[in-house]
Amino acid sequence: MWQQLLLVMFIGQAPAPPAAAGDSCIKCHLEMGDALAAPIKLSAQDIHSQNGLTCTACHGGDPSRSAPEEAMNARQGFVGKPARKQIGLLCAKCHSRPDFMRKYNPQARVDQYSEYLTSVHGKKNQGGDQNAATCIDCHGAHGIRAPKDPNSPVYVTNVAATCGRCHSDAKLMSPYDIATNQQELYSKSVHGEALMKQRDLSAPTCNSCHGNHGATPPGVDAVANVCGQCHVTQWDLFNQSPHRKAFAENKWPACVTCHQNHEILRPTEAMIGGEEPATCVICHQEGSAGLRAAREMKQEIANLQARLTTADQVLERAQRAGMEVSGPIYQLAEGRNQLVLARVQVHRFDPATLKKTVSAGDVIAAASEQSGWKALQDLAYRRKGMAVSALILLGMIGLLLLKIRRLKN
Amino acid sequence: MISTEQPATRRDVLNYLLGTGALATLAAILYPIMRFMIPPRIVESSASSVVAAKVSELKPNAGKIFKFGNKPGILIQTPAGDYRAFSAVCTHLDCTVQYRPDEKLIWCACHNGRYDLTGKNISGPPPRPLEEFKVNARGDEIVVSRG
Amino acid sequence: MRAATRSWFRGGSGMNGRISKCGDWLEERLGWRAVQQVIDHKAVPQHRHTIWYYFGGMTLFLFVVQVCTGIMLLLYYRPSAENAFESVQFIMTEVQFGWLVRSIHSWSANLMIAAAFVHMFSTLFLRAFRRPRELTWVTGALLLFLSLAFGFSGYLLPWNKLAFFATKVGTDIAGVVPLIGPFLLRFLRGGDEVTGATLTRFFGFHVAILPACATALVSLHVYLVQKHGMSTPLSVDPEATPKMKFVPDFLLRDLVGWLAAITLLAVLAAIFPWELGEKADPFAPAPAGIKPEWYFVFMFQTLKYIPSKILGMDGEIIGILFFGLLGLLLLVTPFVSPSGRPRGRSWLPIIGILAIAYIIVLSTFAYRT
Repeated sequence: MWQQLLLVMFIGQAPAPPAAAGDSCIKCHLEMGDALAAPIKLSAQDIHSQNGLTCTACHGGDPSRSAPEEAMNARQGFVGKPARKQIGLLCAKCHSRPDFMRKYNPQARVDQYSEYLTSVHGKKNQGGDQNAATCIDCHGAHGIRAPKDPNSPVYVTNVAATCGRCHSDAKLMSPYDIATNQQELYSKSVHGEALMKQRDLSAPTCNSCHGNHGATPPGVDAVANVCGQCHVTQWDLFNQSPHRKAFAENKWPACVTCHQNHEILRPTEAMIGGEEPATCVICHQEGSAGLRAAREMKQEIANLQARLTTADQVLERAQRAGMEVSGPIYQLAEGRNQLVLARVQVHRFDPATLKKTVSAGDVIAAASEQSGWKALQDLAYRRKGMAVSALILLGMIGLLLLKIRRLKN
Repeated sequence: MISTEQPATRRDVLNYLLGTGALATLAAILYPIMRFMIPPRIVESSASSVVAAKVSELKPNAGKIFKFGNKPGILIQTPAGDYRAFSAVCTHLDCTVQYRPDEKLIWCACHNGRYDLTGKNISGPPPRPLEEFKVNARGDEIVVSRG
Repeated sequence: MRAATRSWFRGGSGMNGRISKCGDWLEERLGWRAVQQVIDHKAVPQHRHTIWYYFGGMTLFLFVVQVCTGIMLLLYYRPSAENAFESVQFIMTEVQFGWLVRSIHSWSANLMIAAAFVHMFSTLFLRAFRRPRELTWVTGALLLFLSLAFGFSGYLLPWNKLAFFATKVGTDIAGVVPLIGPFLLRFLRGGDEVTGATLTRFFGFHVAILPACATALVSLHVYLVQKHGMSTPLSVDPEATPKMKFVPDFLLRDLVGWLAAITLLAVLAAIFPWELGEKADPFAPAPAGIKPEWYFVFMFQTLKYIPSKILGMDGEIIGILFFGLLGLLLLVTPFVSPSGRPRGRSWLPIIGILAIAYIIVLSTFAYRT
């Protein structure tokens, strides 16, 4: 088999679909049509075919012979349809060999199979579970596309659907005692929306947190590390906060406890505070220091937000009345920055540090609001000036009318 | 005598008032016109181009925030000595970015977004690069304009 | 009192003597006393319709206000898409009394057009266009159209969102005129779309071309009024009715009106300053509820009510042709309406009243929806 491979390589890249003379696999299977012809039809897009690897590369056999018993002779090396337990090994025969892979892609990783064996899928597959995912379940068997090809089932925007094919199937998953709503929850999440709707390809999907081939749930103590890869600031702040020790002691997962793992929604001010629906009340009892701190932090942020809104309203009023307030409006944007920073600062869970950020924002909001009131005062001054001028003019009109009356007599 | 005096006095008063009133009205109209014609001290700030800084003000490996229209812009001088200018509005959630001389890149304090010296988003949540502006050095002034 | 006035003209002792010496100097060089004679002899008939005589002068006064405030705005305005909005913003905020000048200019434009309409309708009802005043009417009608053109071109100059789309819609409608429509559209827009080129072009119309035409037409119109004198309504006997001297009686009353107009403008500028809105963005979608200025609104609303197809032709074209026809009729009114004393009821006032009612009703509908 390897000799045939080398022969093909020596001749050169075979175009797709390969219809070289003497390739009985293709000829016969195409003739047979339907399911047996499907692999041939898919091979046009198949990355293996495009790189000159034909049927025999995986299945063995002798394509120069036309009789089935000769072409598909097990004693000649024909493998046929591999058992599910063997598929990984079959792929790994090439994909785990760096000296081989670098002929096609010097950057290619060669540890997929070893990773796979550590994963839940891998362990179950090696244990004989026919349902556990193996290479072909995600990548396909024929018509395999490169992961960076948008039509590939493992392209970043398609990953969730690919995982969901099994993991959202209640009947399939029932023996394993795992939830089947992860894909649904993910699609409602901020990450799902960012990836699917806004096409922000940097947003995480299943494999970002679970890994590709070594797919395993991160584990309670590791999940926050995963979140912290992107959400560095919040993670740093959390680690300085009193929650870190408390969560570790109780074996609660850090980020997930408040934000969930799959249905991560856009956080709002409602999440923090001393009353429902704030997440704080789930753990902190009434009268505890923690709940007091939560209430304080919520109040501080709400106050800053209120001040910013007031400043915005005053400035808008002034602007609509025709006064120039683009300078104060520009400054107010800085105040909004502080609000954004404050929302991140929450993860320090310390009202004192939060107060510093909030105060900075307060100062800016107050200054902007002041400028807005000044503009409105200027407007009032103009109106007073106009009233005075109008009175003078009316006086003049009165005098003229008197003169007219005088002239009439 | 008195009867002819009184109408004359009233007439004169009225004429006098009219005359002064007319002058006052004229003055009240001419005064704003005169003030209007005199150019104000603040030169018009165009939204399409602005003097961001003086050459002497900005050292290599340093950045400066300036007002560009209604939004902040950032002018940096790279360690190599080039001037570059970008919108300072972070493409994630609109915070104002800053220059980090220690890391030689542009950083957003809100969620740790990072941009390289070409404005490209390289790390963190920002989904898009920063909008780039044209920079020209005119004598002692660095002028930034929309591209 | 009259003696005193006359002595001002003829000169007397002291200050009056000095003035009359200047007058003589100018008379030798300019021959200005002829004008003075005309003004001195100008008399205005007094009857119960005299009040309408003031509206011509009011329109002229407001036009002069427009010219003066317009020239002042010209000192700071920049007619390019990149700078126009900002320059108006600059005028409104940094220039001393800039807000006043700009608001007066915008308000006075509306007041002037309103005065022009009143002047037109009053001369229509009073049949002032009768022979030999037909050309006065024609020049007046042309001036009315000119003032609408002034309004349309000036509206775009701040380059804000409302104006941008109003211009887009307005020029779109112009483009629907049969035969010359596409040419007219490109001529107005300076291209196929409303762009900075349109702005520059409208600026050229507004400050050069239209003022030149207006100056010529106003001069002709005012000259014709002086030549033929004030027309008296049919119900009044021109010989028997008392007359008021133009200087000083009518002029003083005119002044009262003009001062009242200035007061009104100042109050409007302070209490209802003209908004600037947001800068135009050609790529943004049109905001909801675009309406042209009030003097176009009745036409705009009419177009909305016309069905899309009438007898196989595009409804919009019919509408435009209809208004074109009306404009033409307005222009030739002296030549198509009955002259001389009418026996019994005439249809002219009825048409006039119907027109006014139509304008008011349609405009109300437009602002209610």
